[in-house]
Amino acid sequence: MSEFIHAKSIKNNEVRFSDALFYNFLRLITVLIIILFASVFVFLYRSSEPLFLEQGWSFFKETTWSPTTDTYGVLAFVYGTLVSSFIALLFAVPVSMGSALFLTQLCPRFLVSPIRSIIELLAAIPSVVYGLWGIFVLAPFIKNYVQPVLSGLTPGLPFFQGPPFGLGLFTAGLILAIMIIPTITTISIEIFQAVPKLYKEGAKALGATDWEAIKIAVIKPGMAGVLAAITLGLGRAMGETMAVTMVIGNRADISSSLFSPAATMASVIANEYAEAGSNLHSASLTAVGFTLLLISMLVNFGARYIIKKFRGPI
Amino acid sequence: MNKDSKSNILIIDQLTAGFGKSEIVKKISMQVTEKEITALIGPSGCGKSTFLRCLNRLHEETPDAWVHGKVNLNNKNIYEKGTDPVFVRSQIGMVFQKPNPFPSMSIYDNVAAGLTIRGIKKKTYIAEAVERSLIQAALWTEVKDKLKSAGTSLSGGQQQRLCIARALAISPPVILMDEPTSALDPISTAKIEELLHQLKKEVTIVIVTHNMQQAARVSDQTAFFLLGELIEMDSTKKFFTNPKDPRSENYITGRFG
Repeated sequence: MSEFIHAKSIKNNEVRFSDALFYNFLRLITVLIIILFASVFVFLYRSSEPLFLEQGWSFFKETTWSPTTDTYGVLAFVYGTLVSSFIALLFAVPVSMGSALFLTQLCPRFLVSPIRSIIELLAAIPSVVYGLWGIFVLAPFIKNYVQPVLSGLTPGLPFFQGPPFGLGLFTAGLILAIMIIPTITTISIEIFQAVPKLYKEGAKALGATDWEAIKIAVIKPGMAGVLAAITLGLGRAMGETMAVTMVIGNRADISSSLFSPAATMASVIANEYAEAGSNLHSASLTAVGFTLLLISMLVNFGARYIIKKFRGPI
Repeated sequence: MNKDSKSNILIIDQLTAGFGKSEIVKKISMQVTEKEITALIGPSGCGKSTFLRCLNRLHEETPDAWVHGKVNLNNKNIYEKGTDPVFVRSQIGMVFQKPNPFPSMSIYDNVAAGLTIRGIKKKTYIAEAVERSLIQAALWTEVKDKLKSAGTSLSGGQQQRLCIARALAISPPVILMDEPTSALDPISTAKIEELLHQLKKEVTIVIVTHNMQQAARVSDQTAFFLLGELIEMDSTKKFFTNPKDPRSENYITGRFG
């Protein structure tokens, strides 16, 4: 008997030692991630410091971006990033929600996984390929059909006016929408699948129609998760560089027309970093990166706050 | 006795149901008396839950499910062509095995859900119905000061009574209960059994239970299911004291199941 207890206690010690090793390993990795984030933050700030010392905080209030005269303002790019991402959400959210609901609630079972893999395949297309497709297919289409029709329909509104280039904010937003649809859709599918079936049955048993049952017992309980999925999509849209740079037209300008060329924070960095001549120019580009990081963080915190408000027990 | 003065609200005729190729419920005919509690008992997998889910047409919501036969509610077949299952379910409520108050809805909104689904907007009417149903479900005193808190914040037993209140709110003549206490502790179970006694003054209840003692305690009629067939149905007193079928006797004396 005593032997048995002895053996057991040794074994316990062994387990505790390996546990400690394991925990510390996890701790180390987590700390590394935090250090990594902090160092990126510090690097971005330190490399943009020359600009802030030279210009003060006018960088955040200025809309002009002119490397030739050494005037640097980030607002035009903030506008480009926010508006193109907003357009992306405008198209991507209804499509993603709709397809996620269809696949989880209505679609015949044997069709679900083939359709789902096609949607996931969209995420596997390299963004430069999206960019090419944008230049050769989407941009001409928008130039020849979409903008003329929209501007014809709304003669008073400035949003759709201006010369038809094909390349611009709207095209960039559409490309972004296609790129974030797989993200939002697949996560939403997971979320809707995770909502227990007994809620839907409960709604049905109360005399709810299909739509009402889905609304009460699937969408509402899943809302917090769907918002998280949308946030992830938004984060991707705000940071996406290659495809956007190829189709947005790259002009540092805040125009009232959604069809005019613009630039985003990511696209201006990609475009100008290689040939940034002066010290100040490259400092301003890192400052743009710094701003992008700040805004992404802000959006993430904001989204988290909203999600918290929606969070149910799931 | 006084059974003769009451009518049969549900008449089930040759009901057969299953999934795909398997037949779970086999040609069951029975009558459910108005304002009584009918208990369906039997070992697991005997088809009693599937049978129950046929009575409000919830069975057909499962993929591959099929049903034949008739279920007459007040002499009208709920499986008749053109009958809307949504209408059927507004007449025959249901309480499930696991309490399922809608998450992200308050206690009040949970009880009101059936009314809002039906497009009822009048606030005073809804408020009255919510209070009445919560009183009926013996939950009012416990929740009246926190109607705005989440339905899921209640204890398991309270959640189940909330679900009963939710079913009662639309005043269905019949309520089906699928093992409503199997996920609950003994005290919550006792509360719900007590509640059933009160409720049968106003609604007809068909309850599936794993627990024979529960059937004996709460029901007026007991139906014994075995392998998808109805073996015997009788008044609860007769069934438990003097079962006619040897299989019923074996079951209630604990020889199997």
